[in-house]
Amino acid sequence: MRKKSLISMLIAFSLCALLIGCSDDELGQSGDNFDREAMLQNWADNIIIPGYQTYVDDLKELNSAVELFTTSPSSDNLNSLRSAWLEANLSWQAVGMFEIGKAEELTLINYTNIYPTNTTDLIETIASGNYDLTSVNRQDEQGFPAIEFLIYGIRDTDQEIIDLFLQETAEQPYKTYLNDLADRLETMAQSVLGDWQNGYRDTFVNNSGSESTSSVNKLVNDYIFYYEKHLRAGKIGIPAGVFSSEKSTGKVEGLYSGNSKELFMAGLQAMQDFFNGKSPNSNLAVEGEGLKSYLDFVNTVTEGEDLGALINVQFIAAREKAEMLSENFRTQVGNNNNLMLETYDELQKNVVNLKVDMLQSLNIRVDFVDADGD
Amino acid sequence: MANLRMKVISRYIDKQTKAAPLAVFRIFFGLMMLISVIRFWANGWVNKLYIEPKFFFSYYGFEWVQPLGNYTYLLFIICGLSALAVAIGFRYRISIIVFFLSFTYIELMDKTTYLNHYYFISILSFLMIFLPAEKCFSLDAKKKSSDRVPQWSIDSIKLMLGIVYFYAGLAKLNSDWLVKAMPLKIWLPGRYDIPLLGDFLHQEWIIYAFSWSGALYDLSIPFLLLWKRTRWMAFAFVVVFHVLTRILFPIGMFPYIMIVSALIFFDLGLHERIISTFNVILSAAKNLLRIETTSRNGKRSLPMVEMTNSKSQFPHVEHFDDSRARGRIKTPQWKLTLLTIFFTIQLLLPWRYLMYPNELFWTEEGFRFSWRVMLMEKAGYANFKIVDYTNDETFYINNNDFLTHFQEKQMATQPDFILEYAHYLRDHFLAQGKEVGVYVESYVALNGRKSKPYVNPSVDLTKINESFKPKNWILPFEDEIKGI
Repeated sequence: MRKKSLISMLIAFSLCALLIGCSDDELGQSGDNFDREAMLQNWADNIIIPGYQTYVDDLKELNSAVELFTTSPSSDNLNSLRSAWLEANLSWQAVGMFEIGKAEELTLINYTNIYPTNTTDLIETIASGNYDLTSVNRQDEQGFPAIEFLIYGIRDTDQEIIDLFLQETAEQPYKTYLNDLADRLETMAQSVLGDWQNGYRDTFVNNSGSESTSSVNKLVNDYIFYYEKHLRAGKIGIPAGVFSSEKSTGKVEGLYSGNSKELFMAGLQAMQDFFNGKSPNSNLAVEGEGLKSYLDFVNTVTEGEDLGALINVQFIAAREKAEMLSENFRTQVGNNNNLMLETYDELQKNVVNLKVDMLQSLNIRVDFVDADGD
Repeated sequence: MANLRMKVISRYIDKQTKAAPLAVFRIFFGLMMLISVIRFWANGWVNKLYIEPKFFFSYYGFEWVQPLGNYTYLLFIICGLSALAVAIGFRYRISIIVFFLSFTYIELMDKTTYLNHYYFISILSFLMIFLPAEKCFSLDAKKKSSDRVPQWSIDSIKLMLGIVYFYAGLAKLNSDWLVKAMPLKIWLPGRYDIPLLGDFLHQEWIIYAFSWSGALYDLSIPFLLLWKRTRWMAFAFVVVFHVLTRILFPIGMFPYIMIVSALIFFDLGLHERIISTFNVILSAAKNLLRIETTSRNGKRSLPMVEMTNSKSQFPHVEHFDDSRARGRIKTPQWKLTLLTIFFTIQLLLPWRYLMYPNELFWTEEGFRFSWRVMLMEKAGYANFKIVDYTNDETFYINNNDFLTHFQEKQMATQPDFILEYAHYLRDHFLAQGKEVGVYVESYVALNGRKSKPYVNPSVDLTKINESFKPKNWILPFEDEIKGI
């Protein structure tokens, strides 16, 4: 009798060990209550990969425009370079939030869009002709802001800029550097796109579990981080002086080109579209599986408020406020910073919706450590 | 009458039994703790939780307990080694004291990592200081002459476990848990990817079944374990319940600790059998390692048996007669007094929330240290506004400049964290020569409710001091959670 009990206990223990082993391995296929895998597919196939595709195409255009301009600097070529720069930068706004996979490995965003660019270092680097753009110390001397400086801000007038490139010395350091910057953007973007196309897409979609390293968990955390840090703080809050005791007109995006608002709007739109699972290539009003539909599903479980609708309302409120801003935020911060602060407040309201209410509803954890809900 | 009661009590106190259950408990406890420490280290949490952060949240009155930089690793080594020493029963009394102190020190370093089960380990190891758990199957036992222990020393562990379960059950008797099935309604559907079970976890009736049976389990399990006829069934429940919680939630070692702890409720016979099994395993291991010395006449000896100090292999385990042993071990008065105080505190502390006027789940005044396990899903956001009086300028804080994500998450929903962080920010700017006020705009969502403003945004937190008084700067909950 006793022995039997002992044996059954041992069996019970080994069963636990077995069960636990299984759960750790996350063998699980996705269930059919909410299909996270379908959402990940929609994200990968209809949003992320097409987004990078457009971005890479635009960078190719940018590269040709840089080449054309550096070969024959002229007013026309400068203008087409500038519009190519803007196009590529606008496409970047749609993919900057996907800091996952190869992009995360490269820390793509840090080499693509750190502003303001460090003009002093930049000019020194160009003069030295000796640089390694993959170095972390060079992050603020490359990417869109550095190119922008070279084609808008390095001289006071357009003619002087053209003359600078026309009258380059034999080594042509400016031309080389400008080409290198455009090349580097394209190489990095190609490498990220290539990774998605050659296997990472499946890794991403198949990692549809609910643990902290799952695709949904990671990308949603990235998304909120981007919203808070890059969209809300970087584009609006920091220039408006929300985090410091004074405003910083020099820290706006699009400082030299004056395109701050257009870039911000593109970023905001991309964030809302991603929330709604909407593909950038689709003109359809029908949106695919995304955070909105996920929230709609969960709301039927928790009988909560229509959080998805609430978040969309707030996105729209932020956009309406931002419509009133000047094209160049430098002017806006200088002339009427209150409007910047009001835009910030509207953005801030969605931080609460996304970070508190959405994360709670979707049960997505911020971090992985033992925690038992107290 | 009083005399009779005294007699009953004193007879109970003098009652003795064999030490095997305590030994088994000691061994498993020590091993579990050793594994916990190793796991914690291996996950990189020592660095992540105690070395990387710039700032640590302290328990009120324990602000002097701070991480020791790289020496924190040494602290974990000490903690792990003392756990091992407890398991093998080497210098038990010293080892368990060292374990209690080092483990508790670790827990006090940063309250961000507070978990009910860490607190449980701390108080359990404190209790074990006063229990003769080294009397049998230990290295120490070689020197001792008896493996008898007072009955109360085993019962006190049962009592502690009983308190944990029963109070955890009482805490579940509230409207959110029973009527709304919260927070399981948030947690369970998210685990849809679990094999077999996953498909059911979004179904309403399953979620309610989990909620109700969870409460029922906690309330009844100590009694089912106490009663011989239901014991095996209860233990099966313990195993199933904790394995389930382990699969569903990130709660680390706690389930295993509870499973092996529940063995204490079993009869002497099982424990002696477990010890024999240990003996066999140890001897086999020794044989395998060829450490065993072959004696001159070629006979093999089983060296580990001598650790038990038993002359024979557990005679009459069933009807062990303790009468002849009665009175031989006298429990000193100070020990009894101390344990009485200890358990009185354990029984009363969870009720301290009754002295606070506001909703416990919202303000968390009296929430910790009261076995409110897995009881709520709380998410928050706290945005700190600094008003610089020196030049009348206002700016906001990027929390990640000062806190880790984990700290930020914990801070945003708990008022004592918010206050402590506000004071830290004040001191930070004071060091820069700025005289500042610190205000917070914060939102908290509780158990699926839409987030609501949490702290009164017009209160300058630098003017508030931490105390046990009700925190009237927390905004009202405007809802009611009925229940205990």
